Amino acid sequence: MHIPDGFINGATSAGFGVAAAGGLGAAIKQTGKYLSERQVPLAGLVAAFVFAAQMVNFPVSIGVSGHLLGGVLAAVLVGPWAAFVVLSVVLIVQGFVFADGGLSALGLNIINMGLIGAVGGYWIYRVLLRFLPKDARGVTLAAGIAAGIAVPLAAMGFLVQYMIGGTATVPLGTVFTALLGTHILIGIGEGVITALVVGAVVRNRPDLVYGAPDYAGERTEVLV
Amino acid sequence: MAGGHVHALYRHGDTPLHRLRPQVKIATAFLFVFAVVATPREAMWAFLIYAAIMLAAASVARLGVGFVATRMLIYVPFIIAALLIPFFAGGEKVTVLGIELSRTGLWDMWNILAKATLGLLTSVVLAGTTDIPSMLRGFEALRVPRVLTAIMGFMIRYLDVVLGEFKRMRVAMHSRGHNPRWLGHAKPYATSAGLIFIRSYERGERVYLAMASRGYDGHMPHQNGDSAPVSQWAMALAVPLAAWTIVAIAWSTL
Repeated sequence: MHIPDGFINGATSAGFGVAAAGGLGAAIKQTGKYLSERQVPLAGLVAAFVFAAQMVNFPVSIGVSGHLLGGVLAAVLVGPWAAFVVLSVVLIVQGFVFADGGLSALGLNIINMGLIGAVGGYWIYRVLLRFLPKDARGVTLAAGIAAGIAVPLAAMGFLVQYMIGGTATVPLGTVFTALLGTHILIGIGEGVITALVVGAVVRNRPDLVYGAPDYAGERTEVLV
Repeated sequence: MAGGHVHALYRHGDTPLHRLRPQVKIATAFLFVFAVVATPREAMWAFLIYAAIMLAAASVARLGVGFVATRMLIYVPFIIAALLIPFFAGGEKVTVLGIELSRTGLWDMWNILAKATLGLLTSVVLAGTTDIPSMLRGFEALRVPRVLTAIMGFMIRYLDVVLGEFKRMRVAMHSRGHNPRWLGHAKPYATSAGLIFIRSYERGERVYLAMASRGYDGHMPHQNGDSAPVSQWAMALAVPLAAWTIVAIAWSTL
């Protein structure tokens, strides 16, 4: 769910907008180093995949269905900075072409879902992978747990934004509880699905999975 | 929207708003939304003027009441969240229909509902009058990095293809007796999503090779977006200028 206009005040939204634009510029530079000119069609197709995955619902329990957010999934599959670019593109198009997510809140959403959800989630993934076997099972497990943690973490990004420039006077503790409760549940679904998708890809084409030990391409990240 | 087809918001038409250069519309919408967000919530008159401006724009663009209203459904979850605020906010209480509500909480609710509605209305008018290629040209004219607009273009072009694959996979699974009821049944969905990722990736490589064989060198051919005449900029930017003037008046008369 994307933040609409009006939840966070103008100055804070603008500040995060500038930060998101700066981060996006840096991410484009990073990805340019290893994907070169192939990045454009490839990143476009990966973005289409993430966008499509977000539109397809799966049942969670009776009467409840969810869909993938895809931050950690994209980061493990194509690398954290490419994932940041991809998720930003998805969010920009959702905002401008589909009117999903406030235009003033675009920076807030990009920071939460792209930077915290994908880049931060990838960092968690790398840390977890240190303690897990460097094979398909380890990659699958680390991706699942990282995705499960990254979702509530991204929600905490909103909490920080609310703390800085929230327009409502609902106590921070109430917002925290409500956000964390719902996003831990969403995180469980995200973790399970991410693990299963990464598992399916890494067993068949480990050379495509950026975060897998058998990745065939070049990595540039200097995270762990 | 679990179907296999993406419905962009664009409504074909030939109105002054459709004819406005995309970069002008994007910049205008952006500046206008920020003015709305920056308006003090006590200035109810300001929001009435904003609403009048956007409704006038929607009617000039002939978007239709039903079209605009259905698009507003997208933020129903946030409306519910906003409606809950008066119950949880602290401070002085007022009694409305026998229920104790927070006075500041009611202001919070009004603030969020008014701004989110106006923001969404602005987005709907922008997306409803600007088709996707124009939107991308508009971004380029506004100096958005070419890499980003190119990725957006590819994403939009192949979104239907990828969604179609999801849909076909699902039909195939259902026809073999797959009937998911809860998260524990998600494995077939996830493995097919994994397969679709591999296909998307390989398609990306194929598209790259096809383009490379046609002379692609990492740069999309420069499409000369029409630069916008000064008169268009002046006319369109009068709207956010008026809005920011309202912001200044509203803050100074608080």
